[in-house]
Amino acid sequence: MRMLRRNANWIATPLLLAALIWIWDIYVQAFEVSPLVLPRPVEVWESKQQLLTDPRTLNHVWTTLYETLAGFAIAILVGVGLGAVLGKVRWLERTLNPFIVGLQVMPKIALVPLFIIWFGFGPTSKIVMAAVLAFFPIMTNTILGIKSVDRGHRDVMISLNATRWQSFRDMELPNALPYILTGMEVGIVLAIIGAIVGEYLGGSTGLGYLAVATLNAFDVQGMFAVIGLLTIIGFILYFAVVMLRRFVTPWHEAVLVTRQQD
Amino acid sequence: MNTRPDATVADTEILLANLEHRYATDGQDVLALTGIDLAIRKGEFVVLLGPSGCGKTTMLRIMAGLIRPSSGVVRIGGRPLWNNNVRDDQAVKELGVVFQDANLFPWMTIEDNISLPLKLRNVPRPARHEKASRLAQLVGIGGFEKRWPRELSGGMRQRAAIARALSLDPGILLMDEPFGALDAMTRDNMNVELQRIWMATNCTIVLVTHSISEAVFLADRILLLSPRPGRMDTLLEVGFGRPRDLYVQGSAEFQTIVAELRKRLDAMH
Ligand SMILES: Nc1ncnc2c1ncn2[C@@H]1O[C@H](COP(=O)(O)OP(=O)(O)OP(=O)(O)O)[C@@H](O)[C@H]1O
Ligand SMILES: [Mg+2]
Repeated sequence: MRMLRRNANWIATPLLLAALIWIWDIYVQAFEVSPLVLPRPVEVWESKQQLLTDPRTLNHVWTTLYETLAGFAIAILVGVGLGAVLGKVRWLERTLNPFIVGLQVMPKIALVPLFIIWFGFGPTSKIVMAAVLAFFPIMTNTILGIKSVDRGHRDVMISLNATRWQSFRDMELPNALPYILTGMEVGIVLAIIGAIVGEYLGGSTGLGYLAVATLNAFDVQGMFAVIGLLTIIGFILYFAVVMLRRFVTPWHEAVLVTRQQD
Repeated sequence: MNTRPDATVADTEILLANLEHRYATDGQDVLALTGIDLAIRKGEFVVLLGPSGCGKTTMLRIMAGLIRPSSGVVRIGGRPLWNNNVRDDQAVKELGVVFQDANLFPWMTIEDNISLPLKLRNVPRPARHEKASRLAQLVGIGGFEKRWPRELSGGMRQRAAIARALSLDPGILLMDEPFGALDAMTRDNMNVELQRIWMATNCTIVLVTHSISEAVFLADRILLLSPRPGRMDTLLEVGFGRPRDLYVQGSAEFQTIVAELRKRLDAMH
């Protein structure tokens, strides 16, 4: 019984996916949807095979991956750094909070044209966009993690006469790690979105560009194939971050729980 | 009878003089503790007893340097604990604090938790772990050095917390209801263990408890506090020989002291 439930998602998830694809196919055929609106799954699959055999595709993939990961790395560095400072220096956080909230609610995608003017049509503008989007969840989670230190833990450090730096290194930062990882899980997805939206609007490489190019050529199957490819890349990056948790915070309860579920 | 020699002034390990503490909470002051004058001898086991809210925790936290008293003096081994707004590092080094919750850092293994105070004083890693291993033996959790805190039971975690408090070889151990969260049986065992550790390390212990029998079993001297505001009510010597075993609790003398304290506590309501 337990075995069955434990393996359920390995069986149920692919089954559900197959069912959805099947419904999609039925729908397209039954209502005679134009292939320009929604192609059949088989056509998308064929298009995808084509896409994968095209050597240029790999270049596009690398570009998008590079932009995403570079932006993500910047977002981690700046997000954790700034979050740590704001988490520890309360008055600074209070002073900057209105600006942070303002920047957070601002639709940052609207900045893409500006970044293209500032940083050109090359990868830099996309990296900046990816970084800007991924930065906020990482920073806010870092602040939260630093501030949510247990009172009892704080008492231990005070009673040991620890310096501010020691408290940060041995208490606040490790306490914040699970929060930072949660921020990173959200951040990696946003970094991909940032890179792709950047590519939509400017430049001549990357999967975002490819999606627009296929659409302009009325190659709707091709576009769907690109979207499929992007989804797969997103999946891989997201799970890479999720897996990171086990190595970075092996002590954490959440890790223990997932380990038991294997 | 008490096996320890009578106190002389030079013997005083903790001195509280004219101590008073007020908590300031949104404009309203709460007088938590007043008129505390107490000299605790080197190597003595003192238990603070009293009803809830009588200021036991406040008093212990003042001794630990976690709270700066509103007025009065705290001296640890002859040194003032506070110099202006700064805790005297030498005095702090003499203090090991054990809280009601073990407060182990979940991100550190047991040995890293135990030797955290050494890390903060820049002791090299091999020496730290060697010390942690010896202390783990002392408190009875040898072999668990590489585990995470969440892999230990509540009693074992509290043992680790005691080991951590002992890692700087402090002269003084301050404990706020250290076994309050444990079940009665574990608690009895921990009390016997604590007595053994105390005798092995020769340190001075100040322990807070709600339990009269725990107080009588452990203490050389019991300070009974009365509430609102917290004041010293009774100072009582407990003269059973050491080491005491749990059967001492069945003796008539033990029961007499318990009954006496019970009466005083009941009179406070
Ligand atoms: N941080 C605080 N702010 C304001 N008042 C406080 C604070 N801590 C304690 N008090 C008050 O001071 C008094 C003494 O509290 P304290 O915690 O020292 O009592 P206690 O004897 O340890 O009680 P218990 O046995 O329940 O732990 C209480 O009236 C309490 O309400
Ligand atoms: Mg208390």
